[in-house]
Amino acid sequence: MTSLAHHLPALQVIVPMLSAPLVMLLQPRGLARAAATAASLLAFAIAIAMTIGVLDGNTYTYRMGSWPAPYGIELGVDRFSALLLLIVTGASSFALLAGHRSVDADIDESRQPLFYAAWLLALAGLSGIPVAADAFNIFVFMEISSLASYVIIAGGSDRRALPAVFKYLIMGTIGATFYLIGIGLIYLMTGTLNLADMELRIHEVADQAPILVAAGFITVGLALKAALFPLHVWLPNSYTYAPNTVTVFLAACSTKVSLYLLLRFDFFVFQGNLVGHDIQFAYFLMPLAVLAILIASGVALFEQNVKRLLAYSSIAQVGYILLGASFVTVAGLTASTVHLFNHALAKGALFLAVSCLATQCVGLRLPGLRGLAKQMPWTSAALVVAGFSLIGIPGTAGFISKWYLITAALEHGPLGIALVVVLVASSLMAVAYIWRIVESLYFGEPGGDVSAVREAPLLMLVVTWVAVLANLYFGLAPELPVTLASSAAETLLEHLP
Amino acid sequence: MGLLGLVYYWAFAILLMIGFYAVIAKPNLIKKLIGLSIFQAAVFLLYITMGKVDGGTAPILQDGVSLYSTPLPQVLILTAIVVGISTTALGLGIVVRIKEEYGSIEEDEIQERDRQ
Repeated sequence: MTSLAHHLPALQVIVPMLSAPLVMLLQPRGLARAAATAASLLAFAIAIAMTIGVLDGNTYTYRMGSWPAPYGIELGVDRFSALLLLIVTGASSFALLAGHRSVDADIDESRQPLFYAAWLLALAGLSGIPVAADAFNIFVFMEISSLASYVIIAGGSDRRALPAVFKYLIMGTIGATFYLIGIGLIYLMTGTLNLADMELRIHEVADQAPILVAAGFITVGLALKAALFPLHVWLPNSYTYAPNTVTVFLAACSTKVSLYLLLRFDFFVFQGNLVGHDIQFAYFLMPLAVLAILIASGVALFEQNVKRLLAYSSIAQVGYILLGASFVTVAGLTASTVHLFNHALAKGALFLAVSCLATQCVGLRLPGLRGLAKQMPWTSAALVVAGFSLIGIPGTAGFISKWYLITAALEHGPLGIALVVVLVASSLMAVAYIWRIVESLYFGEPGGDVSAVREAPLLMLVVTWVAVLANLYFGLAPELPVTLASSAAETLLEHLP
Repeated sequence: MGLLGLVYYWAFAILLMIGFYAVIAKPNLIKKLIGLSIFQAAVFLLYITMGKVDGGTAPILQDGVSLYSTPLPQVLILTAIVVGISTTALGLGIVVRIKEEYGSIEEDEIQERDRQ
């Protein structure tokens, strides 16, 4: 590896983190936006470079200040974290490229540099979690990303975002503190914070009870952050009342990062050390995942607000991801990791299309969208194709992950068949709720005069369509996410007896 | 180590539950934040307790001393305290904005006003 390539894991975090204070100082708003977008694109490029590196068989480890692990702080990127870095930095770059009109609409000009600075801090925190190989560093990155996300969610003009973000702050802090308690108990028993070292040393602990308690605290804390049903109540309002650009960014990646961490801990750290951990994990998460899929899809059927509808659909998708993981097989974990990526693509594209709609339609309620397809053909078509990907129509990215999920479920006999029924039922519900949007757009009679409605700005449309086409591309050529996901699944399951 | 030796761990558990109760049960947003601070402070206590070695002194090298307490948990918890302060500060900032927009900091009244 060249010397620059060696530093990539550190640069992944440092670039957005150091850009944040610089962006804050750039007063003319165009400059702040340009600098933030450039920093985010640079981070995206770093993530792509590392993905290429891990596909070639490298793994990146970086010792901060050259102190050897486990005494020093270690950063590491393998195939699983590379996939997450792609999602996080990609979501941020797409949202920033498309977002300039909608940020102008939501946020005062004088406060935009502060908004972009907070955005970059959220990006730094979210990309720090997959990069860090040290449990306490992960906690710090988690809090950086959460605090910055609270700021950007509440940054808009909708006052209802404030109570929503307060709820998110309370629940997010409880989740992070639970994680901290879990880390504390493990540190108490093993004396280490380095994940790899932790995995080895838990073996030596005579009394496993504190480790079991730690596993419980960490799993529940992270499930709270990942919006697993019934710990999801912070999510719908936060996504709905946040500025549209922020929703694109956070809906595509923030719960995914917590899910990543949940899988890392439960499979990498605990699986090999706790007796019967796989069975406990499956029995705890599988019922919750099924409930999440059915109930959240059901709620989405009756939502009137488009953003809220899609937010409930996100809760159902978290259910899919954890359902795959709760099979505790290579096929199941591959399915859930592929779905991490594909859902980020589909939901990112959908929310991008929604932010295009929002330039012309205030409130984003279904009745307000009636008949807009004539005026906004490109936006509407993007919504339809991205919706197909969410449903899982063949030829789109969503189909690939549903296919893997069903294949993995069928390995489980009668229970698997019941789960396939659940998956099919919820896909049908997805058809129904996406159809409600399509019906309003294409077949509804406009409520008032819509002749003033124009197509969204060109740049937004182009970015939205790039995201939509990525859904089709990864539906037809899914090698990249599938390769990364299957080797991630194999690494995670190394410790399975 | 008897029951008394674990007194700090009991204090941790009790404080944690007091804080958690306040967060869940109190409708006043400021009281929720106070509860959240107690909740976090309990975890700080857990870390500080685990760093203490019986008979150990402060971890500064000096003649005639061979038993030291672990400094790492204290360093960790300094970071966690900073995180806690930022969370509380941001939370209070949001409460101020809520008061400006809604004229109330009671959860039920805010919900009432959103419904109108």
